[in-house]
Amino acid sequence: MATAVQTVERENYLNSNYGIKSWLLTTDHKRIAMLYLVSITAMFWIGGFFAMMIRLNLLTPSGELVTADTYNKLFSMHGIIMVFFFLIPSVPAVIGNFVIPLMVGAKDLAFPRVNLLSWYVYMLGACVELTAMVTGGVDTGWTFYTPFSTTYSNTHVIGAALGIFIAGFSSILTGLNFIVTIHRMRAPGMTWRRLPLFCWSNYAAALIMVLGTPVIAITLLLVAVERGLGIGIFNPQLGGDPLLFQHLFWFYSHPAVYIMILPGMGVISEIVTCFSRKRVFGYEFVALASIAIAVLGFLVWAHHMFVAGISVYAALVFSMLSYLVAIPSAVKVFNWTATMYKGSIRYDTPMLYAFGFIGLFTMGGLTGIFLATLGIDVHVHDTYFVVAHFHYVMVGGMVMAYMAGLHFWWPKITGRMYPEGWAKLSALLVFVGFNTTFFPQFVLGYMGMPRRYHAYPPEFQVLNVLSTAGASILAVGYVLPMIYFLWSLRYGEPAPPNPWNAVGLEWMTPSPPPTHNFDETPVVTWEAYDYEHQPQEEVTVGH
Amino acid sequence: MWINFPLFPQRASAMAWQVDGLFFLLLAVSGFFTLLIFVLIFVFSVKYRRSVHPHPVQIEGSLPLEMAWTLIPLGICMIFFAWGSLIYFQEARPPQDAMQIWVVGKQWMWKFEHETGQREIDQLHIPVNRDVKLVMSSQDVVHSFFVPAFRIKQDVLPGRYTQTWFRATKVGSYQLFCSQYCGTNHSQMIGEIIVMDPMAYQAWLGLGGASGSLPANGRQVFQQMGCASCHRSHGQGTGPDLAGMFGKPVQLSDGRTVVADEDYVRNAILNPGAQTVAGYKPIMPSFQGQVSEDNLDALVAYIKSLAQPQPNATSQMQ
Repeated sequence: MATAVQTVERENYLNSNYGIKSWLLTTDHKRIAMLYLVSITAMFWIGGFFAMMIRLNLLTPSGELVTADTYNKLFSMHGIIMVFFFLIPSVPAVIGNFVIPLMVGAKDLAFPRVNLLSWYVYMLGACVELTAMVTGGVDTGWTFYTPFSTTYSNTHVIGAALGIFIAGFSSILTGLNFIVTIHRMRAPGMTWRRLPLFCWSNYAAALIMVLGTPVIAITLLLVAVERGLGIGIFNPQLGGDPLLFQHLFWFYSHPAVYIMILPGMGVISEIVTCFSRKRVFGYEFVALASIAIAVLGFLVWAHHMFVAGISVYAALVFSMLSYLVAIPSAVKVFNWTATMYKGSIRYDTPMLYAFGFIGLFTMGGLTGIFLATLGIDVHVHDTYFVVAHFHYVMVGGMVMAYMAGLHFWWPKITGRMYPEGWAKLSALLVFVGFNTTFFPQFVLGYMGMPRRYHAYPPEFQVLNVLSTAGASILAVGYVLPMIYFLWSLRYGEPAPPNPWNAVGLEWMTPSPPPTHNFDETPVVTWEAYDYEHQPQEEVTVGH
Repeated sequence: MWINFPLFPQRASAMAWQVDGLFFLLLAVSGFFTLLIFVLIFVFSVKYRRSVHPHPVQIEGSLPLEMAWTLIPLGICMIFFAWGSLIYFQEARPPQDAMQIWVVGKQWMWKFEHETGQREIDQLHIPVNRDVKLVMSSQDVVHSFFVPAFRIKQDVLPGRYTQTWFRATKVGSYQLFCSQYCGTNHSQMIGEIIVMDPMAYQAWLGLGGASGSLPANGRQVFQQMGCASCHRSHGQGTGPDLAGMFGKPVQLSDGRTVVADEDYVRNAILNPGAQTVAGYKPIMPSFQGQVSEDNLDALVAYIKSLAQPQPNATSQMQ
């Protein structure tokens, strides 16, 4: 293994060029990943601030902190920021952007300038969105249900919709880049069956980005047309149909939850194998489960509409298909667990986050079964049960995976180690804080507390106070990494090329990697996660 | 805040027991699988930690295991699918002889109208152990009628009727929530369902407040709006005879046959051209925007009442 001193001194993507222009005009996928990291971190804190205001307001049944209108804006903007500006780009645009070309042995993504364009498009969308929020905000919920959004809301609906519309194109461009890169840019010998599972799951997510995102763009455009021009599409008073909006919206927004979770699943596959020092159990099944989720995910949208007034037979079909999409997710969980069997397990921070992911994603997934069950969904639909369910999947699952991935690849990205002790503490705080925040919401939901309530009957108070207390623990759990990651940039131990002794091409190049990733195009002769045969020390590229 | 601290909703309808039964079974099954995963992860991570198990054993996978953990969960899911669907179908089909309440949702209140003419706001009095069917529409945005103690919920839409039903089994007062976000005071759009024993309910009905039954009010609207000039009995008018029509199949001019339910009648008033009855010209004007949500309910209730042979009613039409 190369010594730390050597790796820090050689030319890499961070020290090859200095100055603001070298960053803003870069076409290096690694630098663009850093631009995305800074941007989505800012969005995460804005969305998190809204979340904290929501939780503080719900400390008392009468909701004394903010007015009803302000509260409605807070949860709307929390949802919009977190879904469209944090969760969707998080793993793909930051971690995927950085490691996919490294993993497949390429010098960059297929279209480096399109990659930079996607970041500018994202920034434009984010600026429009934030302008709409600063100048008055939006109160439609992130779901923009009609005819409320098109006729009755007095807030900046068109501005907020425009921000999402624009950001959608950055998602399409990223997806396109991933698909082409994974098809065309794999190193010699990197066959589909040797492809790391992180690439498989990002590939599946990219398919949804490219095929699904245009639908939300069209839908939001129609909202703007009805609101701005009074052309009847969704409002029955103008001859429209409000359910049409819900069909169009969920046709994208359900697959979108798989855009968010699939890349996270890829991170977990990488980490569980690495810290168990084992090949993944059932590689083909884990890889194909990603594709199955992407395909089936397009066929379940109306399970958001079981009480909306759709036909009972339509509900029957969508309920059945919703169970089917749960199966590939279950297959992944079983395979990750089986991967640990007879492994050689270490508990570094990424693995702790992966444990958290598997546990919380299992709970999030199983409560999804409750929602797919028609008779139960009628009772828990639009209650805090649903809020808890998707936070278990999106925060307990996806954000855990994102944190796991950040810690796992941080040494590769920055060339510095993070402080392990603090990181373990933060993983623990996130796990405890998360469960304290969201588990009570399952109980609240079954008791009947509807979501999006600024004030609530007093019997729900104890559980709401508990939830708010948990949210403050969770907040500390997220602030800590922010501090020690920044600290590590200057004071962290220099990272060796392969601190985890992992397999995968990204670990065979120095940390941080040189601008062109590999001095020589690697030739792959081994399978993914071949912890048995691959002679770590001997296979180094760029002798 | 600590005195009143329930962890489970009240159970006050026939449906509540069924929903809870399925819920607890699913909770048990999910609990089992969650525990299984947690225990396996814990056991593996302790037993195979690097300090005691430095040399991993490489395993490619196992087709029988993959099959098992695909097919067994799928089989279990199908049981819940079937059971959940049975409950849903019951919820979607109100019994024929149910007592009917007309519900109008608007920002931010619930309006109820009984067949006997009583009107209420944010309160609904109903007798215990009686099937109650709700025919609901919204005056503005989408709302949702949610009574946790009955385990029922149904969105209330502008522009059409949706239905749900329940049979309250315990006397008492139960919370009604709007569960579909509907604007500023969404969280204030709450009310109560007051379930009374039949004697008390009769007494409540006798308190007055009713200005004629709902169908009778509908008949007045029918005459005020001039409906009777075309819709005469025995096929003498330019419009179809409405007596005995409700609840029966209607042959449409485009060849389809539909059942004349509440939603059909409502559409026929607001958008007559869409579903013209076979043999009649599409000459009826739309009454969209000319008839209030309440009067629309009254009209539909009146036309529905014409389905029963009532010599009085048919003669009144002319």
